[in-house]
Amino acid sequence: MIKILTKVPEMRLTAENLSARRGEDLIFQDVSFDLSAGGALVLTGRNGSGKSTLLRVVAGLLRPETGRVTWHSDTAESGMHAAEACHYLGHRNAMKVELTVAENLSFWKDFLGDFAGGRGISIGEAADAVGLGGITHLPFGYLSAGQQRRMAFAKLLVAHRPVWILDEPTAALDVSAEGVFTTLIKTHLADGGIMLAATHQPLGLENAKELRMTGFAGIAEERW
Amino acid sequence: MTALLLRDFKLSVRAGGGALIGVLFFMTVVAVIPFGVGPDLNLLSRIGPAIVWIGALLSALLGLDRLFQTEREDGSLDLLLMQEQPLVLTVLVKCLAHWLGNALPLVVASPLLGLFMNMSEIAVGATMLTLLVGTPALTFIGAVGAAVAVTLPRGGLLVSILVLPLAIPVLIFGVSASYAAVEDPAPFMPPFLILVAITMFFAVIGPLGAALALRNTND
Amino acid sequence: MTESLAITKFSDLANPTRFLGLAARILPWMAGATAILFAIGLYLSFTTEGDYQQGMTVRIMYVHVPAAWLSMMCYSVMAVSAIGTLVWRHPLADVSHKAAAPLGAAFTLIALATGSLWGKPMWGTWWVWDARLTSVFVLFLMYLGLIALNRAMDDPGRAARLSAVLILVGFVNIPIIKFSVDWWNTLHQPASVIRMDGPTIDQEFLWPLLFMAIAFTTLFFTLHVMAMRNEIWRRRITAQRRMAARMAGRTPGSEA
Repeated sequence: MIKILTKVPEMRLTAENLSARRGEDLIFQDVSFDLSAGGALVLTGRNGSGKSTLLRVVAGLLRPETGRVTWHSDTAESGMHAAEACHYLGHRNAMKVELTVAENLSFWKDFLGDFAGGRGISIGEAADAVGLGGITHLPFGYLSAGQQRRMAFAKLLVAHRPVWILDEPTAALDVSAEGVFTTLIKTHLADGGIMLAATHQPLGLENAKELRMTGFAGIAEERW
Repeated sequence: MTALLLRDFKLSVRAGGGALIGVLFFMTVVAVIPFGVGPDLNLLSRIGPAIVWIGALLSALLGLDRLFQTEREDGSLDLLLMQEQPLVLTVLVKCLAHWLGNALPLVVASPLLGLFMNMSEIAVGATMLTLLVGTPALTFIGAVGAAVAVTLPRGGLLVSILVLPLAIPVLIFGVSASYAAVEDPAPFMPPFLILVAITMFFAVIGPLGAALALRNTND
Repeated sequence: MTESLAITKFSDLANPTRFLGLAARILPWMAGATAILFAIGLYLSFTTEGDYQQGMTVRIMYVHVPAAWLSMMCYSVMAVSAIGTLVWRHPLADVSHKAAAPLGAAFTLIALATGSLWGKPMWGTWWVWDARLTSVFVLFLMYLGLIALNRAMDDPGRAARLSAVLILVGFVNIPIIKFSVDWWNTLHQPASVIRMDGPTIDQEFLWPLLFMAIAFTTLFFTLHVMAMRNEIWRRRITAQRRMAARMAGRTPGSEA
C-alpha cells in the first residue's frame, strides 16, 4: 500500500456535508467522505434511495443543496472543478447507435482527452480489455444490451481520469462480464485511481468503504 | 473539438439524420406555394426570394429541437457538461456541425428552387448568398430554444414558438437584401451587412444562452 | 457596512412570508392610488379638446401610449427578475417574472388593439407591417411563448431558470422596439414625449397622457404584486399537497 502511494501523485476527493433534494424531499443530508488514491466507495441501498443523485452531485451534474465536493492533487491547479477529474458512467451509455463502436470510442478519446498524470489506452486495447475485441467496426446499435454496456465501460479506459463514478455499472450483465468489470476496477484502484459506485451486486472489492443510502432524509426546509 | 464537429456532422448525414429530411421539407414547402397562389410566373418571380427564405427558415427549425435532445437521451450530454473546455465552445461547435449538416444543404438546394420560382439569375444568386450568411443566425437562435426545451418530451413545437419571434429580424433583412439585389433603387449592401451583423451577434448570444440553459436544466 | 445592511434589508423583504405581509399592507394603498389616478387621467382625457385633425380619435392615444410603454417596462421588470433568478437563485425572483408575463401580454395586447383601432381612421387600415408594429407584435409572441414554456414544465424551479434564460436572450428585442421608429422611417410616428430636446407634444395633451401613464404604471405594479401573491399561495398549496401525498404512503417511524 505504501509502495503504491509513493508511486502515484498525491490526490484526494473530498465531499463535505453534502445534501441534495428532489422536489421538496431531501434525498440525503450531511454526506461526507474522503477518498485518496486507491480508495473506493460503494453506495448501496434500494431503488430511489438517492444513490444516483449522490453520484450526479459528485460529478457536478446536480447542484447540492449544501456542502461541496473538492479535488486536491499536486498536479492540478487550484480552483479546478472536481468533475474534470472524473469519468461518469450513468444509466445510459452515452454512445450513438448510428455510429460504429470505433467511431464512438475514438470520439470520446479525442473529446475527453487525458487528465494530467496518465494516458488512456488505444481503442483496440480497450475493446480487448472488456472482452469484445474485433467487433469495433460494427455499429453500436447492433450490439446486445450487455455488449453495449461493456463498450460503454471501455470508454473509461480510452481516456485517463483518476476518478471513476459508476452508476450501476453491472446492470444488464452476466456473471462473467461482471468479473471482467471487477478486474478492471481493481486494476484502476491498484494504479492509484479512485472509484465511486452505486450497485446492487457486490463488486467483490476487499477494502472498499460502504455507504448505505436510505433515501428520504426529510422534507426540505420550507421555502414558501 | 474537431472530433465533436466530425461526429455531429456524421450523425446528421447518416441514415436517420436530419440533413436529407430538411432538404426534402424545404422543397415540399416551396413546391406547395404555387398551388396556393396560382401558377402566375410573374407573381412567382416577384415573391420568389421571400418564399425561398420562408421555406429555408421553416426547414432550418425542423431538426433543431434534436440538437441537444439526442445527446440527453443517450446520456452524452452529462459528459459534455462535465468537461474542462467551456460549455459555450462545445455548444458553438455543435451549432456549426448542425449548420454544416442541415442548413448548408438548404443553401445548396436554393438555386434549384429559385429556378422553379422563375427568379432571375441575380435574384437566385442574391438569395443564395443571403441564405449562406443568414442561416447560421437561425441555427444559433434555435440552439437557445433547443437548450431550453431539452427536457420537454414534446419540445419540438415549443422550440419553434420560442425561436420564431427572434428569427424575424433575420428573415426581414435576408429578404430585403435579396430584393434589393434585383430592384434598382434599393442598395444591396446595407441590409446585407445588417444581416451579417445579426449573424455575428447571435453567434455570441446564442451559444451563451444555450450553455446557460443547459447548465440549468440539470438541477 | 451600509451595503451589507442594505443587502440584509433586501433579503428580508425577499422572504416570501415578509413579502406577503408587506403586500397585504400596501396593496390597498396601491389600489386606491391607481383608482384616483385613473379618475383624474380619464377625466382629463375626456375634457381636453380633440385634435383639430384627428378629432375624437386622438383620445385613443391616452390608452394606447401608456399601454405600449407598459408592454416594454414589464419586459424590463422581467429581465431584472431573470437576473435575480439566475444570479442569486432567489425564489421570489422566479415568482416575479412568472407573474409578470401574463400582465405583459395583456398590456401588449391592449397596445396592439388600440393602435389598430387608431390606425383605421388615421392610416386607413387596421394593420401595417411597419417596424414598430412588427416588433411589438414580436414582443407579444414572446410573452405568449414564455407563458407556454412556464406551463409546459412541471418543476417550477427549472421552469423559472429556463424562462429566465429566454427572457434575457429575448431582451434584445426591447431596444429594437424602442428605436425602430428612429431607425426605419415608417408610418408610425417617432417618440414625442421623452426626447432630449423636450416634448414635441402639445401641453394640452401632455397632462392627461402623463396622468394616464402614471395610472397605468401603478395599475401594473398593483396587479403584479397581486399576481405574485397568488403565485406564492399557489406554490404553498402545491407544496402542501405534495407533502400530503408523500406522507400518505409512510408509516410513521419507518423512514426519515
